Amino acid sequence: MNLFKGLLAATTILGTVNVASAVELEVTHWWTSGGEAAAVKVMAEAFDKTGHKWVDGAIAGGGNARPMIISRIGGGDPMGATQFATGRDAEDLIRAGLMTDLTELAEKEGWKDIVRPSKLLDSCTIDGRIYCVPVNIHSFQWMWLNRKVYEDNGLKVPTNWAEFAAAAPALKEKGVTPLAVGGENWQLVGMAGTFMAAMGGSEMYKKIYIEKDVEAAKSPEMTKVFEAIAASRTMVDKGYVGRAWNDATNMVIAGKAGAQIMGDWAQGEFAVSGKVAGVDYDCLPGLGVNPVLDTGGDAFFFPKPKGDKPEVVKAQLELASLLLSKQVQVDFNLMKGSLPVRGDVDLNTANTCMKKGIKILENPDNVMPSQEQTFTPDAQGQLEDLWVEFFNNPDLSVEVAQKRFVEIIKYAE
Amino acid sequence: MSAGRAQAFWLRNLTAKIAAIPMILTSLVIFIGCSIWTVVYSFTSSRSLPVTDFVGFRQYERLFGAHRWSLAVENIAIYGVLTLVFALTVGFILAALLDQKIRFESIFRTIFLYPYAMSFIVTGVVWQWMFNPGLGIQHFVRQLGFENFTFDLISNRNTVIYAIAIAGIWQITGFAMVLMLAGLRAVDDQIWKASRVDGIPAWKTYVMIIIPMMRGVFVTSLVIIAAGIVKLYDLVVAMTNGGPGFASDVPAMYVYNWLFERANLGHAMAASTMMLLTVLIIMVPWFYMEYGRKNKN
Amino acid sequence: MKNEPKGPRPRKAFSPGRIMLYSILVVAAIYYALPLYIMIVTSLKGMPEIRMGNIFAPPVEVTFAPWVKAWDSACTGLYCEGLKVGFWNSVKITVPSVIVSIAVASVNGYALVNWKFKGSEFFFAVLIFGSFIPYQVMLYPLVIITRELGIFGSLWAVIFVHTIFGMPLLTLIFRNYFAALPEELFKAARVDGAGFWGIYWKVLVPMATPIFVVAVILQVTGIWNDFLFGIVFAGQPNFPMTVQLNNIVNTTQGIKEYNVNMAATMLTAMVPLVIYFVSGRFFVRGIAAGAVKG
Repeated sequence: MNLFKGLLAATTILGTVNVASAVELEVTHWWTSGGEAAAVKVMAEAFDKTGHKWVDGAIAGGGNARPMIISRIGGGDPMGATQFATGRDAEDLIRAGLMTDLTELAEKEGWKDIVRPSKLLDSCTIDGRIYCVPVNIHSFQWMWLNRKVYEDNGLKVPTNWAEFAAAAPALKEKGVTPLAVGGENWQLVGMAGTFMAAMGGSEMYKKIYIEKDVEAAKSPEMTKVFEAIAASRTMVDKGYVGRAWNDATNMVIAGKAGAQIMGDWAQGEFAVSGKVAGVDYDCLPGLGVNPVLDTGGDAFFFPKPKGDKPEVVKAQLELASLLLSKQVQVDFNLMKGSLPVRGDVDLNTANTCMKKGIKILENPDNVMPSQEQTFTPDAQGQLEDLWVEFFNNPDLSVEVAQKRFVEIIKYAE
Repeated sequence: MSAGRAQAFWLRNLTAKIAAIPMILTSLVIFIGCSIWTVVYSFTSSRSLPVTDFVGFRQYERLFGAHRWSLAVENIAIYGVLTLVFALTVGFILAALLDQKIRFESIFRTIFLYPYAMSFIVTGVVWQWMFNPGLGIQHFVRQLGFENFTFDLISNRNTVIYAIAIAGIWQITGFAMVLMLAGLRAVDDQIWKASRVDGIPAWKTYVMIIIPMMRGVFVTSLVIIAAGIVKLYDLVVAMTNGGPGFASDVPAMYVYNWLFERANLGHAMAASTMMLLTVLIIMVPWFYMEYGRKNKN
Repeated sequence: MKNEPKGPRPRKAFSPGRIMLYSILVVAAIYYALPLYIMIVTSLKGMPEIRMGNIFAPPVEVTFAPWVKAWDSACTGLYCEGLKVGFWNSVKITVPSVIVSIAVASVNGYALVNWKFKGSEFFFAVLIFGSFIPYQVMLYPLVIITRELGIFGSLWAVIFVHTIFGMPLLTLIFRNYFAALPEELFKAARVDGAGFWGIYWKVLVPMATPIFVVAVILQVTGIWNDFLFGIVFAGQPNFPMTVQLNNIVNTTQGIKEYNVNMAATMLTAMVPLVIYFVSGRFFVRGIAAGAVKG
């Protein structure tokens, strides 16, 4: 079998000699929604222009894609490049020596100076070596509203959570779901974090997230957070069980729902539907109460090819460099609805919502840590269990839930 | 001499032994190997890749403390009992009806069996629609004029597992039916002739003679359905994704969730060790009774 | 030996009992077919009609566009070539996997019943136990095993994995079926001097048609609908059709196109469905009384 494979590989190489070093690079990712696919296309087209070929390996659903990616890298059938979460997942694979080292390229191109916030590159760095390329900045703390829904029903378009909550009963009466929610757990977790930043305030948020401060977890501000989430339970429709995030976004776009609390990637869906920020839809960072954002993001890794294949590694480095180039950064992020990872690009073409985001991030005080950055996966799991249960179980009271929250924070590292 | 006898032992039915090599290797290397692997790593703090950093029973302590796990166990018990009972009885009745020399047998058989062919990714969605209060059966009956009719199993935390069981039974019954049908077709004609001559009613012949004869088929169906129950995952993902909240969580989903999304291999292995242990506790006595005894005879 | 069912046979063609029999079957068939009905009518509707929300209503305007789109142009990531891309890959995976797994398991069952050796029941017990291990748990060890065999990322790996996972239940099916056959048949063949393979081919295989059909149904369905093993073991050039199905169904490009999703599911299920339907003619009585006596 091995011999056969070797022969096959040899003939393939011989066959491609005359096309110089054109390489087919399989790129796996789970970006398959409308806005996401349009954004991936930008990358693929740019890569194809270099003479190489982007072989798209889209697998819908991160839950489907992740086991496949880990097994294929571990099993010795690696893809050319892959979207992957930074952090512990990747760390194991890197330590096993399965990822291409990008450090030389990064030093040559001075990634340290262009990528900001710098912590994005830090999460790609293990033992001083760089193994991945951050491609965008995502923040969760946004609320997206359909202006038409409010205008058509004779309501003022809300500019913050309080106004939104006040208008909710009126919308409900007209048969419109006030708040579109999806049934996936991460959506509920993100919503909870957004409420913490907005209702609890930056100080409380940072105390809990960074210092794991028990007093802050017990504080009346945190009670307000729980109360707001409890209130939001009554603003959703019954059909949310099992719904995907972009289906919830499309409820807002179609006018079936008033608003959604979701990360900036939701904007990609509005863009694909031809909606205009400020005209058709509004965005409220920090729910319009406390405009702060966290800075998560996506990154690409480049698994080492099997055997000695310098031409593949060369193509990987070319792709890595390309992903950070000014043109791809601008085009890709405009499509994706996220912000570029480099500060030196021209974003005149960005819409009002993106400009709002850029402005907020200019002040470092407005940058909140995200849950993934400050909690262990274990504590994250416990928080997830709490938020999901609290949102779905009306019998779980604010007091009891907050007590459980305090317990989790007490033991969190 | 003893060497000669040993050689004779190995050479006797040599072909049969060679033919059984794939089975022996699979059971030893893969299944026993994987079980040991699972148990060993359940005592480690492995994250996304297996590492041998042993932490004692820590993963188990957490597992038994997790509300979600006990909910998952409770759910699979309800689902399991319902599915076993309904799939076996309905499957047998359908098979017996189809065995009455009826017309269009092929069409009926295909209709009962087609749910088995379809990917749960979408049939789950169809069931979700039918259960959706604003869209499906409740909506339809209310439109007929019964304004107070309520059918919202799926959005109620306490009943969602029954909604999943209905879809699960719908899917597996057809397969139980063909298995039983194959069993009925193996029944000797003479038996039917004899019972007709003796004037025994058909239903009595089924209960007293045919069903005991089909013991093997029932055991086969039971094991296949039970294995499907323990591994229940796709259907839940498609219909509710474990929701509302974690109300329809099941053990296989719990394992998958911790294995890949939460990247905590150690904890996932602890949960699957518990699953394997439960299976073992049920299987060992049953297997001993079923086959151990027969061997001696 | 006649190819026909042999249940208790009524004398008259339209007795009351006969009518009741058909009524029960028809009612049960309606219940089972209801979800299929919803899928078919939904796949023939346009999106505006689906949004009106009556899932039971037949389509006002029948359109086959969703079927064409699902097969030919639905987008899965960057490529918009529909389901047809993976069809032949699925065939390439399914045919050898089904043949190999059934061949191995039927021999297992035969050896377990007629050629018992020391410890054979133990291995069988382990196999049955193995059928209860969640697939996901075995994923990583199997990746390592296929890697060491040098077949990871090829058709061989996926055939290997399907043979392994099919073995417990298939062996069980064959074992229990063969065990129910009259032992005299086997003994008579042995007296005639037939060996292991001779008896297998000349005596057991011809009598086991219905159970072979059941095994084919079980395996074709399981392997054709498999997604996880396909994407992990088969290697990117061999990705099966379910990869496209998953991408079409789990992806929303704009509004969720339920009609295309339904059409895609039915198209994907076409191969197992055709097999179910045509299996009828092989679904005959395995033993005629004469064979035992003769």
